[in-house]
Amino acid sequence: MTELRERPQVQQDSEDGRPIHPMARQPIETGIGDRLTFDLSKPGRIGCVLPELDVPEAPTPPGLLRQDLRLPEMSQIDVVRYFTALSTLNYSIDTGFYPLGSCTMKYNPKVNDDIAALHGFSRVHPMQSERTAQGALEVLYLLQEALAALTGMDAVCLAPAAGAHGELSGILTVKAFLADRGQKRHKVLVPDSAHGTNPATAAMCGFSVASIRTDDRGNLDLDDLNSQLDEDVAALMITMPNTLGLFEPDIAEVSELVHAAGGLMYGDGANMNAIVGRARFGDMGFDVVHMNLHKTFSTPHGGGGPGAGPIAVKAPLAPYIPTPIVERSDGGDFRLATPSKSIGKVGMFHGNFGVLVRAYAFIRAHGLDGLRQVSENAVLNANYIKERLQGAYDLPYDRTCLHEVVFSGNRQKAKGVRTLDIAKRLIDYGFHPPTVYFPLIVEEALMIEPTESESLENLDAFCDAMLRIAEEAENDPEVVRTAPHYSPVRRLDEATAARKPILRWQPRAEDAPRSEPTGGEAHPTW
Amino acid sequence: MEIPADLKYTKEHEWVRMEGDFAAIGITDFAQDSLGDVVFLQLPEENAEITQFAKFGEIESVKAVSDLFAPISGRIIERNQAVIDTPEVVNEEPYGGGWLLKVELSNPTELESLMSAAEYQVLTASG
Amino acid sequence: MTHPYIPNTADDRRQIMSRLGIHKVDELFGDIPGEFRDPRIELPPQLSEQELVAELSALAWKNVLPARPISFLGAGAYRHYTPAVVSHIVNRGEFKTAYTPYQPEISQGTLQTAFEFQSMVCELTGMDVANTSMYDGASALAEACLMAASVTGRRRIALLSTMHISFESVVRTYAAGKSLEVDVFEPDQVRLTGEHACLAVQNPNFFGYFEDVDVLGEQAHQAGSLYIVSADPVSLGIFRPPAVYGADIVVGEGQSLGIPPSYGGPYLGLFACRSELVRKMPGRIVGRTADSEGRTAYVLTLQTREQHIRRENATSNICTSQQLLALAATVYVATMGKHGLRRVAELCYHKAHYAAQRIAELPGYELASGGEFFHEFVVRCPGPVADLLERLEQRGIIAGFDVSDRFDRGLLVCVTEMNSRSEIDRLVESLAQP
Repeated sequence: MTELRERPQVQQDSEDGRPIHPMARQPIETGIGDRLTFDLSKPGRIGCVLPELDVPEAPTPPGLLRQDLRLPEMSQIDVVRYFTALSTLNYSIDTGFYPLGSCTMKYNPKVNDDIAALHGFSRVHPMQSERTAQGALEVLYLLQEALAALTGMDAVCLAPAAGAHGELSGILTVKAFLADRGQKRHKVLVPDSAHGTNPATAAMCGFSVASIRTDDRGNLDLDDLNSQLDEDVAALMITMPNTLGLFEPDIAEVSELVHAAGGLMYGDGANMNAIVGRARFGDMGFDVVHMNLHKTFSTPHGGGGPGAGPIAVKAPLAPYIPTPIVERSDGGDFRLATPSKSIGKVGMFHGNFGVLVRAYAFIRAHGLDGLRQVSENAVLNANYIKERLQGAYDLPYDRTCLHEVVFSGNRQKAKGVRTLDIAKRLIDYGFHPPTVYFPLIVEEALMIEPTESESLENLDAFCDAMLRIAEEAENDPEVVRTAPHYSPVRRLDEATAARKPILRWQPRAEDAPRSEPTGGEAHPTW
Repeated sequence: MEIPADLKYTKEHEWVRMEGDFAAIGITDFAQDSLGDVVFLQLPEENAEITQFAKFGEIESVKAVSDLFAPISGRIIERNQAVIDTPEVVNEEPYGGGWLLKVELSNPTELESLMSAAEYQVLTASG
Repeated sequence: MTHPYIPNTADDRRQIMSRLGIHKVDELFGDIPGEFRDPRIELPPQLSEQELVAELSALAWKNVLPARPISFLGAGAYRHYTPAVVSHIVNRGEFKTAYTPYQPEISQGTLQTAFEFQSMVCELTGMDVANTSMYDGASALAEACLMAASVTGRRRIALLSTMHISFESVVRTYAAGKSLEVDVFEPDQVRLTGEHACLAVQNPNFFGYFEDVDVLGEQAHQAGSLYIVSADPVSLGIFRPPAVYGADIVVGEGQSLGIPPSYGGPYLGLFACRSELVRKMPGRIVGRTADSEGRTAYVLTLQTREQHIRRENATSNICTSQQLLALAATVYVATMGKHGLRRVAELCYHKAHYAAQRIAELPGYELASGGEFFHEFVVRCPGPVADLLERLEQRGIIAGFDVSDRFDRGLLVCVTEMNSRSEIDRLVESLAQP
């Protein structure tokens, strides 16, 4: 049945004429959801033997010991089969096209995982002396240099662990910079198309948030911006290109206006894949930018982390960025350093080193020409999808896009098919759905980002599926409304999940007698 | 969309029904439909004071949250435990079992500033 | 030339351009003003995969210690044995290359794993609910402090001075955003007022010792403050869970659960609390529900707390967890199991106490405190600690972490199940030598 794995799925229908999801081959009636490790546990099984104690036992403080420990008891094969079975229920980049807008789900090179796992990296302890960690420090230094070059900025801090963490670091840096100048600016301007993290970050940093309108073309409404720029504005926080996948053509004027009002320009680099190697935040007047290395620089998302969200700043802000940064001494040694007026640490140690190594490897595997091919192909692919689908789906901002294109499902909504339904139906065709209902300014939004990793054949297969769903919305809306039909599970009851939250395993009532009595009998050492 | 004629409405989609000396308040059918499945309500304690057009609580669906604004001022004499325990009642019976608070009005003339059913009908029709 | 990560051929690109009706790709970048387009950028040249491996391996080898140094360094990141199962599961592309599980129908692997993880964190800490993880132990603590301020409406944060050196710095960084005040107390001099949102303690503390957690918890609650405990999850294999001594929020660095030191990250922030506080909890939460055909399945839930819905009113701006690391910890705990995790904790405890006793017998050395400790303790050395560390480093031994800024001539020594008796004996012998 290997043919069922191939895409496009569109031509390979099941007997009832519906497309078949590659996961439909999975035995979905296994009841795996009912059986967690705790349920699979059987007293007496072990998954790992530890060495015998080779020193004398020390007396233990009885008052400090716990009474019981309710954890699974499994042999290794059970652990391996359980988690392997779970893994097959996941859709991933390695299994298929993942056009999730604003997430840049591109190929994650396998060699980068191997490099991060080299013992010379993975076994280096964060608190060991700098003289014994020169190789790790050099990687961080080289990455700082590369990111400074790619953003056109003067100083880089690699410590933030994710994009939102980068935002927090960047906006706190802005706050410290302004406070040091005795300025009590309390407002951050955020466009109405922004990611939710932008206003959430500003609020977390103690700023009030004001929204700037997007105009009919998908750009910042300059009149609205002008009317809100005053002595209270600390920064304008914008994503470049924006969440519609559009570049702000008046960016020079925007920067000038904000700077003239005494505010700073904060760049959200979530969409940097569109412009990497082709345009730089620093040149456009940005003072601070954060990057999402798990997007543009292709480190694996891991099902929602880890990421890395370094920030880069212009020289006047460099003294305020988080610690540590890596410096090179005159003698050529590398060392951790704290900027003179640093806002302090944002995490335990020096950032997500294992992620940073992968990002550096990605940059080196491309060089400037390779990175320019990245943005070129990402943009070509997005425009190709736009071209193929714009007859079937509403395109609220009809102009050349960059790395992603945002459609509206309004035409289908009129037939009773919502964007959510279209997304779920794509699952039946073997594709991960796009980002939906974002940006908020587009009704029934479908935000599609193909990245440079997809071939023309894959783009065509995806577009074929989207076109067929558009036809189904006209002729057979019910099949779309009830999708997905061929996934490991079908639509979930999210309302009950939120009304009566079950957030952890609990023993079933009939299992209760089996649980260990308190008192630590199964604890022979004590 | 159901809009009972005997109630008063706000542009924030709350309703008021006079029940003797007290007023019951809730959210409209239009509001519950736009929100989708209601999963959680945050309501003030009994005896708390609410102020007309000021926020008094929050209502959550799976993927949205809305502030609740008081249609009138007064002291809360009863809070509907049923909607806290089973929020879906707000979807099922927005004007009946899904009421939120019963309030002793501090200024009955405020009722005059609210919309009639006909006026509210126009508001929801225009989106 | 095409790139191995980019499938479009020159012909594919031509086809796309023809469909778009353009002649040059640059036409697509027309919105970028010319003055900003195609700047000169200095980057090192492109490497083939073979060259890349060679170059990065050379950098890895520059970390000059032997591949397997004898190490007694802890101080917030710990060496434990990780069963091979963990890396094999974590490296499955289906887990590793998925995004946040927004589409539950095709993300049950990630979601069910996250639910397992939440359950295990609850079992270890004794708390009611846990999230799917935070960036690391320090940011988890900082978020817990902000949460306490939000729950109590108070504006002061109280920390103990005996916490990890990064903890206070990260809490101060986060607190500055909302202009919260931070007070740092010695453990026996805690003075809380009605302004304190929380008292945060680390147990065992940065120096390895158990705090007087029952008394501290009472102090916190008497002041109406939340009691936040940062706990080491391996110690919880044998020692009391923080729920037993009254913790309202438990956080911790989860690196010791099957995650390599990796020069400081990526790690895993643990976060759990009492069920009444769940709607104020930051981070992702997975809940159990059913699909339309009645199958038990898992889904992101209580999302209205989060930034993508509540925006500037969210509980935090966080929008990722450390899901892959949470998976590693989950597989680690499942593999070690109830007995294995206990055994790890026992081995750490006994070996650390053996090492402490041997070192204390050396002339010129003494233990800095008489308190109970888990797997880390402070030794007062006869001379400057920095010199001693450098001397032992040359013999392939990382003897510990210099805490002489807090304890006169203090060396923080960590012993885990990774240290054999002969390694401990070698450390002791080396310390004895001038």
